[in-house]
Amino acid sequence: MKLSVQDLNSHYGPAHILFDVALEVGEGEVVALLGRNGAGKSTTFRSIVGLVAQRSGRILFEDKDVSDQPTHAIVSRGLGYVPEERRIFTDLTVDENLEVGRQPVRPNAPHWTREKLFTLFPNLAEMRNRPGGRMSGGEQQMLTIARTLMGNPSLVLLDEPSEGLSPKIVEQMVAAILTMKQAGVSIVLSEQNLHFARLICDRAYIIERGRICYSGTMAELDARPDIRDTHLAL
Amino acid sequence: MSTAPTLLSVEGLSKSYGGVHAVRNVSFALQAGEILALIGPNGAGKSTCFDMLNGQTTPGAGRINLLGFDTTGKKPREVWRLGVGRTFQITATFPTMTVRENVQVALVSYGRQLFNVWASTPQFARDEAGRLLELVGMSGYAERPCGELAYGDLKRLELAIALANQPKLLLMDEPTAGMAPRERIELMRLTAGIAREKSIGVLFTEHDMDVVFEHADRILVLNRGSLIAEGSPEEVRRNPQVRAIYLGEGLVYDARHREGAPS
Amino acid sequence: MAFYFVQFLTGLASAASLFLVASGLSIIFGVTRIVNFAHGAFYMLGAYVAFTLTERFSGALGFWAGIVLASLVVAVVGVLVEMVLLRRIYHAPELFQLLATFGLTLMVQDLVVMIWGPNDLLGRRAPGFKGAVEFFGQNIPTYDLFLIALSPIVLGLLWLLFQRTRWGVLVRAATQDRDMVAALGVNQKWLFTSVFALGVFLAALGGALQIPRDAVHHALDLRIIVDVFVVVVIGGLGSIIGAFVAAVLVSELNAFGILIFPKISIILVFLVMAVVLIVRPWGLFGKQEAAARRTPGLTVNPWRPLTSGERLAAWAGLAVAAMLPLVGGNYALTVGSEIAIFVIFAASLHFLMSVGGLASFGHAAYFGLGAYGIAFLAKMAGLPMIVCLLLGPLLGCLGAAIFGFFAVQLSGVYFAMLTLAFAQIVWSVAFQWVAVTGGDNGILGLWPEKWAAGPASFYWLSIGVAALAVAALRIIVFSPFGYALRATRDSLLRSEAIGIDAKRIQWTAFVIAGSVAGIAGALFAYLKGSVFPDSLGISLSVDALVMVLLGGVETVSGAVIGAIVYKMLSIWLVSQTDLSKLVLGGVIVLIVVAFPKGIVGMFETLRNRRRPELPKPALLKSRIEGAE
Repeated sequence: MKLSVQDLNSHYGPAHILFDVALEVGEGEVVALLGRNGAGKSTTFRSIVGLVAQRSGRILFEDKDVSDQPTHAIVSRGLGYVPEERRIFTDLTVDENLEVGRQPVRPNAPHWTREKLFTLFPNLAEMRNRPGGRMSGGEQQMLTIARTLMGNPSLVLLDEPSEGLSPKIVEQMVAAILTMKQAGVSIVLSEQNLHFARLICDRAYIIERGRICYSGTMAELDARPDIRDTHLAL
Repeated sequence: MSTAPTLLSVEGLSKSYGGVHAVRNVSFALQAGEILALIGPNGAGKSTCFDMLNGQTTPGAGRINLLGFDTTGKKPREVWRLGVGRTFQITATFPTMTVRENVQVALVSYGRQLFNVWASTPQFARDEAGRLLELVGMSGYAERPCGELAYGDLKRLELAIALANQPKLLLMDEPTAGMAPRERIELMRLTAGIAREKSIGVLFTEHDMDVVFEHADRILVLNRGSLIAEGSPEEVRRNPQVRAIYLGEGLVYDARHREGAPS
Repeated sequence: MAFYFVQFLTGLASAASLFLVASGLSIIFGVTRIVNFAHGAFYMLGAYVAFTLTERFSGALGFWAGIVLASLVVAVVGVLVEMVLLRRIYHAPELFQLLATFGLTLMVQDLVVMIWGPNDLLGRRAPGFKGAVEFFGQNIPTYDLFLIALSPIVLGLLWLLFQRTRWGVLVRAATQDRDMVAALGVNQKWLFTSVFALGVFLAALGGALQIPRDAVHHALDLRIIVDVFVVVVIGGLGSIIGAFVAAVLVSELNAFGILIFPKISIILVFLVMAVVLIVRPWGLFGKQEAAARRTPGLTVNPWRPLTSGERLAAWAGLAVAAMLPLVGGNYALTVGSEIAIFVIFAASLHFLMSVGGLASFGHAAYFGLGAYGIAFLAKMAGLPMIVCLLLGPLLGCLGAAIFGFFAVQLSGVYFAMLTLAFAQIVWSVAFQWVAVTGGDNGILGLWPEKWAAGPASFYWLSIGVAALAVAALRIIVFSPFGYALRATRDSLLRSEAIGIDAKRIQWTAFVIAGSVAGIAGALFAYLKGSVFPDSLGISLSVDALVMVLLGGVETVSGAVIGAIVYKMLSIWLVSQTDLSKLVLGGVIVLIVVAFPKGIVGMFETLRNRRRPELPKPALLKSRIEGAE
């Protein structure tokens, strides 16, 4: 098992956000975490990588318990995290952004070099010395993913990669994520756009009000319009 | 629709930052009661356009005429005073106040009572605020702290605030961003209903093609700062250039809205 | 001509230390987002430790080794401070960070006197740079030439460090988004610690290098920190090149200002700062900050007017207070009057900082101006007391109108630094312009007229005015103006989008707060019978901040409770110990770390906990996420 999350509970101050969340991701699998805004998708990701201070439960990454470790230590084990809102370093150039993400090669994960990443995202190759702040939203989204891949992760958490992007760019994103999958990276993807998730994912969890309320294969979910209607408000 | 008065006319609007043309020679007009969508790839200049219309950015060149007034380069609050309501991509409300108080502040401003230090705001224009909240279906939340609202409700509150100055034009920047599909449709239905009833013109940007094709009367397509297409949803959907630059293969939005699909 | 050239070189030499300290402050702020008030204390420690080490080590090598070693020693102290204190408050509102580091400064002041004694210390001349070069009959110390050469070298080294090393790239990345750096597998804790160590090292080096030029004494910290704040406001916080240019500019203005306005040379710096702020509000090389973290940012409870029961309780409290003369002696009444005056002062700051979100670090300026206003009217114009009390605070109002106009152009830490600098300028004028203000000797013999002269009468006057002021401010809080002010605090974007002229609203609030502070100062002058520059000083400004914080910065009535509790405690404390700064500094640090909601805030939290919990909202989460 690549990642196993058990009984995850998270709080922000007085607010209890996640309730006994459980997730499993197999080797090389692409899993969707679906849910509306505020359902707890981002909090789940942030909790897994240790960016939420108040959390309890067990998080096993490659069968090692990482629940008590700080963010950088979890990420250094090969668990990459791409947050929503892009969050690239706008003052740094594309090359420097990639430099921040650089980590040593890992035996159990694909090795990404700058050249490989520029093949994956050709737009970036043309603007290596451009400050991140002068890139378009789509290019920034590509850069955040490339930056995380510089850490040679074996698993990547992608938080709403299609949000706020034009349909055309979203299609490029689909292609890039499929390439990552073929290279052997396991992926968890949070999404509201079911069209998008359907093109990429093997399995899906639905989260609502901080609780996992459905899990199944993408095909099963497709056959259950009632579930989609109740929990995703399609 | 062509008989309706022109609310907003924009001519030759341009803006560049450090030699890069963010917006180039954009012209269009908007009629009362019309819902106009502005779409285009990320970085095409939609936000810059919006900021210029709203007064947050001064245009490099061109003219903006709003309700017969030249508003080019006017400050946001002057534009607002003329009757423009605005909602933001990331909602901007007052989290430490109740829902009703959020609307009341806007009404205080509209009533030019901002420097009144004596009246009691909790009593100020309560009913008027209540009516606006009712209009957007938020009556039940009036006394709730705004910081506790769910995302979709915040968007509706923003709409109520934007309506407080009895606007003639609503500028909505990605009004449904971050919402679930059904919430998106509901919000846009609500907006469209209010706009038609009160003859308000709406200009919005959006990436969700399901929302755009469903609700826009007319669509403007922006690419690299220039207007490349303009027309009805049907025309824009069929436009090969728009498909190449922006819409793609149509894999990631509802099949009903793809080219060639029956409407 | 040669004289002016030498003056110019002297200015450049003085710029060296200023640049070192300011660049350290900027680097630390860039990454940690903390404006390290204690930077002046580290500068001072650098000078003291260097003094000790250079006295102990002999020879030229000993001197230079002493300078570097002293800077390293202080950097280690800085690392300890970062690990023990700052790591706990990185996510706190910036006001709390400023206060905590100010608390540290207070503690260091007492510790330095304990270790090195209260007298000025004269250090060794720098070996190899003892002489002077003659230039058209003017002497230029070679040490000054050394300092002039040093700062561009340091600037270049810093540039290389930040542009050409992986550490530098990581630091620049962390400057923008620390959590994201951690999320890319970088141990940001140590990144922060190393940045802090570098910044403190630069400050200490700046102090150590001053010992051949200047005596070492225990007021160095506040003197340099004000100059440094001015430098970073002009140059742009976070910009090293900005720190360099502004340090040179400020030093030259000082060097030549002395020639033009010998008495009040600081005016020139003020004028330049004002011009820069109008033209480039974020400094010459600064960038506009992303929306500042809101100063009150811990809860989202909407405020509400008092219920009838609470109003009754407030009246009852006032009635009980009014009965003090029946039981208390003269001392108790004097203390009571002083507390009432500080209730007014704290309430005025609360209005600006909690309602308006504008945390002023120089609010004492308007308190003191009110006091001086009284002194001028009573002593020079000989007006009757009641007229003085009505007109005196107008000086506070006027000061607030002028300084407030500039201050509200900025927000967050910039606002705090600017208000502090303004207050310090007013203080310098009061201190230096002896002919008008009496300088350090103050203005004496300001006694109330007969009707208010008795301790009981004056006490009643004070609590009466306090009750009126607090009630008036409270009415304003719930008036349309108060809501507009809170709107600008909550969301500038939204308030502009609903037609609120934020700057005008904030300026008006600043003037209101300054005028009320002026009233407090006017009463204070009559209570003490005299006015001194202390009434304008930083410590009084910070007293007010601590009162508001102690009471609860997010509550409506926190200032009143905070002022009463704080004033009683501090009067008792001063009678108990000589190390009052050490204790006070410790208390401030403790409040910030352990007790940030304050007394009233704690009380409200307890009361809310007893209410049935509302179903908790998805949005709260996303809001907090956004706030991080």
